[in-house]
Amino acid sequence: MNKPTVAVYKFSSCDGCQLTLLNLEDELLDLVGTVEFAYFLEARRRMLPGPYDIALVEGSVTTPREAEHIQEIRRQSKIIVGLGTCATAGGIQALRNFTSVADLALAVYEHPEYLSTLAKSTPFSEHVKVDYELPGCPPNKYQLLEVIRTLVQNRKPILPTHSVCLDCKRRGIACVIVAYGIPCLGPATRTGCGVLCPAMQRGCYGCFGPAQGMDVNSVVRSLLFVERHPGEVKGLFSHISNYAPAFRQGAAMLAAPSNPLPGGQK
Amino acid sequence: MNQDIHIPALARVEGEGALTIRLKDGAVDEILLNIYEPPRFFEGFLHGRYFQDVPDFTARICGICPVAYQMSSVQALEAAMQVTITPEIRLLRRLFYCAEYIESHALHVYLLQAPDLVGHESAITLAADAPDLVKRGLRLKKIGNELLRTIGGRSIHPVNTCVGGFYHWPDAGAIHDLVPELEWARQASIETVRWAAGLNYPDFEQDYEFVSLNRIEEYAIYDGDILSSSGKRITPAEFEKHYLETQVERSNALHSHTLGNGTYFVGPLARFNLNYKKLRTMARESAREIGFKPPVHNPYKGLLARAIELVHTTDLAIELAGSYQPQGASHVEFDVIPGEGCGVSEAPRGVLYHRYIVDEQGLIRFARITPPTAQNFAQMEADLWAIAPTAIKLPQEEASLAFEHLLRSYDPCISCSVHFLELRIEKR
Repeated sequence: MNKPTVAVYKFSSCDGCQLTLLNLEDELLDLVGTVEFAYFLEARRRMLPGPYDIALVEGSVTTPREAEHIQEIRRQSKIIVGLGTCATAGGIQALRNFTSVADLALAVYEHPEYLSTLAKSTPFSEHVKVDYELPGCPPNKYQLLEVIRTLVQNRKPILPTHSVCLDCKRRGIACVIVAYGIPCLGPATRTGCGVLCPAMQRGCYGCFGPAQGMDVNSVVRSLLFVERHPGEVKGLFSHISNYAPAFRQGAAMLAAPSNPLPGGQK
Repeated sequence: MNQDIHIPALARVEGEGALTIRLKDGAVDEILLNIYEPPRFFEGFLHGRYFQDVPDFTARICGICPVAYQMSSVQALEAAMQVTITPEIRLLRRLFYCAEYIESHALHVYLLQAPDLVGHESAITLAADAPDLVKRGLRLKKIGNELLRTIGGRSIHPVNTCVGGFYHWPDAGAIHDLVPELEWARQASIETVRWAAGLNYPDFEQDYEFVSLNRIEEYAIYDGDILSSSGKRITPAEFEKHYLETQVERSNALHSHTLGNGTYFVGPLARFNLNYKKLRTMARESAREIGFKPPVHNPYKGLLARAIELVHTTDLAIELAGSYQPQGASHVEFDVIPGEGCGVSEAPRGVLYHRYIVDEQGLIRFARITPPTAQNFAQMEADLWAIAPTAIKLPQEEASLAFEHLLRSYDPCISCSVHFLELRIEKR
C-alpha cells in the first residue's frame, strides 16, 4: 500500500510551524515511515508532483502570488490543515489590517514599486475551504502529531477548545490577575500552549486565539480593573491573534483610551 | 550545462528564495537571487507599541532564532532606558543563547547542509543509509530545544524574556537535571567535528572581509564590540555609520555593504576566524585535532565552524547550567524614561543589530533591525559569480546543486532577512 502523501507549504510567516514538525525529534523518523513527505522544501530537495492527501500550510496570505497559490494547493490536496495562528487568524502581520495601507506604502520604501503586497494579511479560510485548523504561535507539536496520525487513519482529529484559564485552575497555578494584578488573556484564550505565561507570573497574550464560547465583554471589563499602563489590555487583544474575530471585537471595544466603556472602571 | 538554471524554490533553507543563472554564448550573463519571501511590516506594528511587547513581537521574525531577536531587542531597549541588569541575569541570558546555538547549529549541520556533502537530497534519505548519524543530530537538536524550553517555556517563541531580565527564574533543579544530557551533547559535538572533518568540501576560497562581535574575555555571542578582519573595531552605537543597507530590485530584502561599498561576511566562519583564541579550551582542542585553524576562507567550511561552536556552546552550557543558582530578582525594576538605544548580539547566523527610540510613555517611536542574512546577501551573490565559470562546465543537475550548495552553506535565513525591510518604515 502506498503511504499517504503530505505536502508542507510556507506562506507569510516565520518558519516556526514547519520547525515544529522538525522539532518532533523522537517521532520524526517514525513519521517518515508512515507518511510520504512529497513536498517539504525546508527539509528536502526532492519534490513529488501532486495531488497530495494532506497539505499542512503555514503562514497567512499577504501577496497576490500567495492568494493564487492557496487556490492551487486546494485543487491539489484532499485535506488542507491550516497550521498556526498566521494560517488560522492572519498572524501578527495582520496588525497591518488595522492601519492605512497608503500610510505604510508612502512612509516606507525607497522603491515601493519593487514590492508586491496585499492590503491585508488574511487566514486561509478567507480564500478556500480549510478542512482543519491548528492554531498556536507556535502550534503544539503533539497536537500536530495527533492531527497527522488521525488523518492518516481516516479519523477526525479532536482538539480541546476550552480556555487557558481552566488549565490554570486544574494545575493549581495562582491566578495572575487576582494574585498579582496582571492583565491576562487566559480567560479568553484557547488551550494548547500548556499555560506557559501564567506559570511564569506574566499574563497570557493569546497565541492560540479565542476560546470557544468565551464572553469577550466580561473579559474586557475584568481586565480593565488591573490595567497597569494605558492601552495594556487593548495590546493583549491586538497581539498575536489580533485578527481573530472575537479578539478584534475586544480590541474595538477599547478603541479610544480617552473614551472609557460604559460601566468601565478606567 | 548548456541551458539556463532556474530554481524556483530553494530547498533546505529558511524562507523563500529563487535562483536564476542565465547564460549567453556559453558564459554567465546574469545571476538573479530572487527573494520573494513576503515582507511582513514589523516596524509598522512596533510603532506605538509598549516597549515590553517588543521581545514577544521580534521573536516572530524568525522561528529558528527567536532568542537572538529577543536578546538584541532587550539590550537595545535597556540601553535606551538606561537599565542595568544584574550579573545573574546576564549569565542566564548567555545560557539561553547557548541553547539556541545548539538547536540551530544541529539543524543546519545535520538537516540542511550535510545532505549536500554526502550526496543525499535530505536527512530523510540520509537516515536510511546512516540512521545513527541522523539520530545523533536529532538528539543534539532536541537537547538544545529542551534547554530552551526549560528556560523560556517553549523552544519556538519562548515567553520568559522581558526588558530588565526574565519574568521568572527557571527552576534550578530542572536546569541542573539537564547537565547529563548536555554532557552527552558535548561528546556528540566532538564526534560531529570528527565526522565533519572527513567530508569532502568543494575547493573554493575567496578573500573575505569577516565581521563579528568581539569581547576581550569571552567568545562573543550575547554582546560585544563589532570587529572586522580589516582591523576596524567599532562600538554597537557606530554600526549604522559603517555598515549600510540598500534596497535592490527583485528582492524583498535589503542588502548590506561596508562604508567603502564592499561586501562582508558574518556568521560562524567570521566568529571562528576573529575569535578563535576566545573559544573554550575543549572547542579549540577539537579544532586543533582536525587541523582546522583560522583564517578559513572556504564558505562551505562554515559547517566545521558550526560544529566547533557546538562543542563550545555545549561546554559553556554545562558550566552555566551546573552553576545556575537564582539570586535576587529575576528582572530589575526601572523607571520608564524616553531614550534611544541599540543592541547587538551574534545570532547563530551572525551579527544581529537592533535600534529603538522610546518615548516618555514607553511607546516605540522608531525601530531598525539588521539581520545577518541581509548582511550576507551581497557576499552570497559575489560568491555565486565566483563559482559560476567552473560550475557551468558541470552537467546541468550537478551545476544546479553546486549553486544551491553554496547558498545553503551560508545558512541563509530568508524569513529574517525580509523582515528587516519593513523596519525601514519611518513615520514622520
